[in-house]
Amino acid sequence: MNQLSDAWPAIALTLKLASLSSFLLLIIATPLAWWLSQTQSLWRKPIGALITLPLVLPPTVLGFYMLALLGPQGWVGQVTQSLGIGVLSFSFTGLLIGSLVFSLPFAVQPIQYAFEAIGKRPLEVAATLRASPIDTFFSVALPLAKPGLLTATVLSFAHTIGEFGVVLMIGGNIPGQTRVVSTQIFGYVESMAYDEAHMLSAGMLVFSFLVLLALGQLKSRSDKVLT
Amino acid sequence: MSHKQSLAIQLKLKRASFSIDLELDLPLDGITAVFGPSGSGKTSLLRCLAGLEHAQGYIRIGDQTWLDSGRHVSTPTWKREIGYVFQEASLFEHLNVRDNLYFGLKRVQQSHGSADLNEAVSLLGIEHLLGRSIQSLSGGERQRVAIARALATQPKLLLLDEPLASLDVAKRREVLPWLERLHDALKMPMVYVTHAMDEVARLADYVVLLEQGRVSACGPLTEVTCSRELALAIGEDAGVISTAIVVGRDEVHHLAQLLFGDAKLWVRDQGLVIGQTVRIRMLARDVSLTKTVQEDTTIQNHLPGVIESIDTFLHPAQAAVRVRCGREILIAHVTLRSLQRLELRPGSPIWCQVKSIALMI
Repeated sequence: MNQLSDAWPAIALTLKLASLSSFLLLIIATPLAWWLSQTQSLWRKPIGALITLPLVLPPTVLGFYMLALLGPQGWVGQVTQSLGIGVLSFSFTGLLIGSLVFSLPFAVQPIQYAFEAIGKRPLEVAATLRASPIDTFFSVALPLAKPGLLTATVLSFAHTIGEFGVVLMIGGNIPGQTRVVSTQIFGYVESMAYDEAHMLSAGMLVFSFLVLLALGQLKSRSDKVLT
Repeated sequence: MSHKQSLAIQLKLKRASFSIDLELDLPLDGITAVFGPSGSGKTSLLRCLAGLEHAQGYIRIGDQTWLDSGRHVSTPTWKREIGYVFQEASLFEHLNVRDNLYFGLKRVQQSHGSADLNEAVSLLGIEHLLGRSIQSLSGGERQRVAIARALATQPKLLLLDEPLASLDVAKRREVLPWLERLHDALKMPMVYVTHAMDEVARLADYVVLLEQGRVSACGPLTEVTCSRELALAIGEDAGVISTAIVVGRDEVHHLAQLLFGDAKLWVRDQGLVIGQTVRIRMLARDVSLTKTVQEDTTIQNHLPGVIESIDTFLHPAQAAVRVRCGREILIAHVTLRSLQRLELRPGSPIWCQVKSIALMI
């Protein structure tokens, strides 16, 4: 079972999971980051901390709670069962939910900083030029926060690819369904298939390096625009 | 002032560092300059008019109510028909000059939209900048684009917050004439916040003097420039600003003759046209008083008048003398001792000698 050919389904699944979750994260994180950057509500700090939690928590802790929630006895699990969806743990959907939560801070924070960096002035200018608040969000805030949105997408994509703990806890390493590159490497090592583990790990190393390089390039380009 | 044509304001605003408490009834034509030291609440007043700051009170423009806190009415900024020019040029960095100009225009439902834009563009002389990126513009060009962008929406009221303050002297000299052109070409009422007296002198028709959030003087330009409140606020720079008509010229000596009230004045000819109305400014420290008309002096401008009042609010040694010359008023700053030596008092006939007259064209 531990041939290098086993790696292809894992790579395909990893890419699918990463693209889907970074796409969904962009949709979820943008309004959340906008709210965090604009609100003066007392909830701002607690909710900000909650979103940041996955940054500091061991992934196994997060994975454990997700498992408990999504599993047959969990609140969410009971809801999904009663809706006829079934149990989400040990499924691709469960994996997707887990990685959305796990990568949320990596998407929210760059976008939030980008919105905060715009400042109040351009938004006030838009209002004096008859743009409604929603109009201002789409025609001024989003275009000006573009570097932040790009950073968020790249980071959450890369972070999803790199996750292990949550994936193992919630996905269970089922080949073709929830087995991704990181868990595949773990499997190779466990069965002493070091050559295969080397190949896949080297691939990850190169990939991560390229992502960081691209991110740096992106940053210097957006800096040039602002000065 | 008819009710329909005025901008009626009553505002109360409390902040940690200062407060505003004022009531104003401003004419809805020409330029109203809001003048005062920094921290007097000028910008806050403007932001309240725009709805960017929330205050208690009311704001009524013509027959529209923008704010009436008693009835919980407050029109949001984007629904007020205003144009706003911020202190530092605030163009959208992600759009080029043309798209910046169209930003407001696209959001106004008007058929004559692009005609208004063309007018604004040519009034500010920015035709050649339309395709440029914001980053490539100089400070003065940015501010001209910002003014045109605000004008293009044909606002009911144009608000300008020290539009020249962020520019250096050379750039100010570049932008100021464009503002004067707007003043001459447009009927649009403007509220112009500034702490620079020369901008007031050149642009204002109506002046509001603001001190610590309160109105200390308010009225037509000439009236306010004669007031003791303004003299106290600006000290050495105090002086009357008024208008005169060009009636003649001395080509040999490159001088032009102005009719100021009933009196004639000579000024340096700067290519004036006979019949033209010009703004003149006579600083109080450049006006001296004599009992009889002096012939053996280099000063050319002598105006007969009668002393209306003598004030010593500036310094115990110094008197601000208000002299009525026909229909016009002149202010002279002289020492109290020389007034006593000449036995001058209210009612005394007097000659004013004006050492220099600044022409504002």
